[in-house]
Amino acid sequence: MTLFFAILFYLATALFVVGLAYKIYDFARTPAPLSIPTTPAPTTTTGVAFRMTREVVLFESLFKGNLWIWLFGWLFHMGLFLVLVRHLRYFIDPIPAWLLFFQPFGKYAAFMMIAGLGGLWARRFLVERIRYITTPSDHLWLALLIGIGISGAAMTFVSHVDVVAVKAFFLGLMVFEINPLPAHPALIIHLLLVALLLILFPFSKLLHAPGVFFSPTRNQADNPREKRHLAAWAAQIEKN
Amino acid sequence: MADLEFPIPKYRDYPEVPAIKAGAMAHSRPHVASEKIQEALGYQTKLAEDWQVTHDKAIGKFGELLGKYRSLKVFMDSCVHCGACTDKCHYFIGTNDPKNMPVARQELMRSVYRRYFTLAGKMFPSLVGAQDLTKELLDEWYTYFWQCSECRRCSVFCPYGIDTAEVTMAARNILDTVGYGQKYTNEILGKVNKIGNNLGLPGPALENTLEGLEEDLKEDTGFDIKYPLDVQGAEVLLVTPSADFFAEPHIESLIGYGKVFHAAGISWTLSSYASEAGNFGMFDGDYEMMRKVALRIRKAALELGVKRIVVGECGHAWRIAYAFWNTLSGLGAGANDPFAIELQKQLDPRYKQPSHICEFTWDLIQQGRLQFDKEANDHRIITFHDSCNVARASRMGDYPGGQFEIPRNIIKAVANKYVEMAPDTIREATFCCGGGGGILTDELVEARIKGAFPRMEALQQVVDQHGVNFMATICAICKAQFTKVLPYYGFNMRLVGGVHQLVSTAIRLGNEQ
Ligand code: HEM
Ligand code: HEM
Ligand code: SF4
Ligand code: SF4
Repeated sequence: MTLFFAILFYLATALFVVGLAYKIYDFARTPAPLSIPTTPAPTTTTGVAFRMTREVVLFESLFKGNLWIWLFGWLFHMGLFLVLVRHLRYFIDPIPAWLLFFQPFGKYAAFMMIAGLGGLWARRFLVERIRYITTPSDHLWLALLIGIGISGAAMTFVSHVDVVAVKAFFLGLMVFEINPLPAHPALIIHLLLVALLLILFPFSKLLHAPGVFFSPTRNQADNPREKRHLAAWAAQIEKN
Repeated sequence: MADLEFPIPKYRDYPEVPAIKAGAMAHSRPHVASEKIQEALGYQTKLAEDWQVTHDKAIGKFGELLGKYRSLKVFMDSCVHCGACTDKCHYFIGTNDPKNMPVARQELMRSVYRRYFTLAGKMFPSLVGAQDLTKELLDEWYTYFWQCSECRRCSVFCPYGIDTAEVTMAARNILDTVGYGQKYTNEILGKVNKIGNNLGLPGPALENTLEGLEEDLKEDTGFDIKYPLDVQGAEVLLVTPSADFFAEPHIESLIGYGKVFHAAGISWTLSSYASEAGNFGMFDGDYEMMRKVALRIRKAALELGVKRIVVGECGHAWRIAYAFWNTLSGLGAGANDPFAIELQKQLDPRYKQPSHICEFTWDLIQQGRLQFDKEANDHRIITFHDSCNVARASRMGDYPGGQFEIPRNIIKAVANKYVEMAPDTIREATFCCGGGGGILTDELVEARIKGAFPRMEALQQVVDQHGVNFMATICAICKAQFTKVLPYYGFNMRLVGGVHQLVSTAIRLGNEQ
C-alpha cells in the first residue's frame, strides 16, 4: 500500500505540475490584441495589482454580483486556504514559528470549508437558474472536495492518525525514500481523493485559479490613449 | 406602432429575478446576409451544402481565434458555473429565456470548446457538458448570439471578469466565416467601406444636408453657425455617427456640437471620406474589418492635417475610438513605431487624442469659455442613461469613472433639474437600451422591446416620482432604440435626447445684448 501511494503521488504531482505549467504557459503566450479592461479600471499597473488582489482575496466582483454565492464561496476558499497553509507542516521540517502559530486556525477552518461547500452545493439544487447551468461535473467537484474535507476532519476530530508517520512518508518522497504510510481508512480515502484532485486540476474548471490572473478584463491597465497596444499578429497585418 | 404578437413585460413590484421559461426566445432570428452582402466583405457567401465542410471550417476558425485572443481562451477555461451572472442580462430579465443568461449563452460556445479542444470533453462529453457542433447548434448560435448586445454588464459581476461580449464576438466571427452572416450588420459594413458612412450618404448629399442645417440655424438663432466639410488645416476633425446628420433626436446634438465650436471659436471640420464614427466591425469581432473602417479616419486626419480628433455622441464608436484606435490605426499617443508616429507627430500632444465631445465641451466649460442660460432648460426634468460602451468599456477625463461624471457635469452646468435613476441601473451597472451591438434591426423588435425592460422600469420610477420628461444619453444607437421602444411602454418617444441637445438649448452664442 505504501508503494502504491508513493507511485500515485509521484504520478499525480507530475501531472498536476506539468499540466498546470502548460496551461499557464498557454495562457501567457496567447496575445491580448486589444485593450479591454472592464471600466472603470485602474490606469496604472500598481492600480491593477490592487484590483487583482481585491479580486483574489475578497472576490470583489462576486460580492457586487451575488451575496449568497459570495458568502459561501468566500467561506469555502478562505477555509481551503487556511487548511492548505496548515498542511504545509507535512512538507516542511522543521516547522517555522509562523506556521506553528497558524495550526489552530487551520484546524477549525475545515468547518468553514465544509460549510461553504455545503452552501454552494445547496444552491445548485435550490436555485432554478443555477440548477439549469449545473453539469454533472459541477456536482462531482463539490462531492470530491467535501469528501476530502470530511475525511480530513475525521482524522483531526474523530479518529487520529499518526501524523508524524504521514510526515515522514511525504518528506521521504521528496528525497526519493519510501517510508511506511499508516494504514488508516480515513487517511486512505483522504489521500486517494487528493490525488484525484491533483490529476484532474489542469483539465477542469479549477483552471479558474490561474485564469483569474490572466483575465484581460481584470489585469489590463486602462491606458489605451497613452500607450499603443499591439499584438505580434496584428503588427504583421500592418506590414502588408 | 404595429400590433405585436407578444405581450410587453409587466413592471415588477420588487425587482425579483424572474423564473426561467425555456425556449421563450428560440424563434428569434435576424435576417441572414445575402450572398452579395457577404461577398462585398470577403466572407464566404453562404453556408456550404455539405455540413461537414461548414463544421470543419467553423472548428478551424474557432481554433484560430483561441490562438489569437487570450480573452477567449481564458474565458472558455475559467467559468465555474457559479451563477453570479445569471440574472444580470437585460435580455434574460426581459425574456426569461434561460439561454439569455450570460453563462448559458457562453455555454453554447463553451460546450463546443470542451468537445474539440479539451481532454475532458473529448473523453467524457456528457459529464462536463460538451457537445458536437451540429447544424442545430449552429442555428442556436445564430439565435442567441444575436440576442446579446455586447454590453458587458455580465462581466462586471463575474469573479473572473468573463465578458460574454468577447464570446459573442468570436461566435459571430465564426458565423461570418462559414457564410452565416447577419444582414443588418454586414450590409452596413458594406456601406461604410464603399461610401464612408453607415447610412450610405454620399459626399454631395452630406454637403447639402449641412448647408440646409446652416440655413435653418441662421434663421433660428441669427448666428452663422457653420458645419464645415473637408476643410484643410482645420484645428479639429469631428467624427460623429452618421445618424447625427438627419435622424431625430440625433441632429439636435449635432446642432449642439456646432454651437460649441462656434461659441468657443475653434476651427473644425467634418470629413466626407470618414463621415462615420460607428464601426460595426466590432460587433462581429473581426479585427481586420474593424481596422479597415478605422483606417478611413486615420487617412482623413492625415489628409486634412488636423491637430485634434473629437468624437461625437456614440457609445460603441467611443469604445473603438478610445480603446482601439491607437491599436488599429495609431490614432493616440505614446507609440514608437513609424506607422503610428506619422500620425501622432501631427496631433497636438496637449490634448487627449482622441477626445470625446463631452470631454471637449467640459474642458471649455471649466475654462470659462462657454456661457449658458440654464433656465432655458427649465421645462425639462432630466435624467441620464449611461450607455454601456461608454460606461464599461472606456473612459473620459483623467480618472477612472470620468465617463460617468463628465456627461453629468455638463448636464448640471446647462440645466437646473436633474435626477438619477436607481443606483443599480446606472454607472457601471447600467442597463443596455436593448438595441446595441448589432441588434438594432426591425426583425429583432421583440428582443429589443423586451431587452429594454429593465431600463424602462427604472425610467418609470423617476417619471412617477420626479416627473422626469427627458432622458439624456450619448449614444446614437440608444437614441434610435429608445425612440422606437419608448412608445410601447407608454412613453413619448421624444423623451430621449442627447447631452449636446441640452447644451444647444442653453448655450449663449455671442455677445447678445
Ligand atoms: C487564486 C485562487 C482562487 C480564486 C481567486 C478562486 C476564486 C473562486 C471564485 C470567485 C469562485 C466562485 C464562487 C464560488 O462558487 O465559490 C470559485 C469557485 C470554485 N473554486 Fe475557486 N478560486 C481559487 C482557487 C481554487 C482552488 C485551489 C480550488 C480547488 C482546490 C478551487 C475550487 C473551486 C470550486 C470547486 C469552485 C466551484 C464551487 C461551486 O461549484 O459552486 N478554487 N473560485
Ligand atoms: C498530499 C496532500 C495531503 C496530505 C498528506 C493530507 C493529510 C492530512 C492529514 C494527515 C490530516 C489530519 C490532520 C490531523 O489529524 O491533525 C488532514 C486533515 C485535513 N485535510 Fe488533508 N492532506 C492533504 C491534502 C489536502 C487537501 C488538498 C485538502 C483540501 C482540498 C485537505 C483538506 C483537509 C482538511 C479540511 C483536514 C481537516 C482539518 C485539518 O486538520 O487541517 N487535505 N490532512
Ligand atoms: S454582454 Fe450584455 S447582452 Fe451580452 S450576455 Fe452579457 S449582459 Fe447580456
Ligand atoms: S459569473 Fe462568471 S464564472 Fe460565474 S457563471 Fe457567470 S461567467 Fe461563469
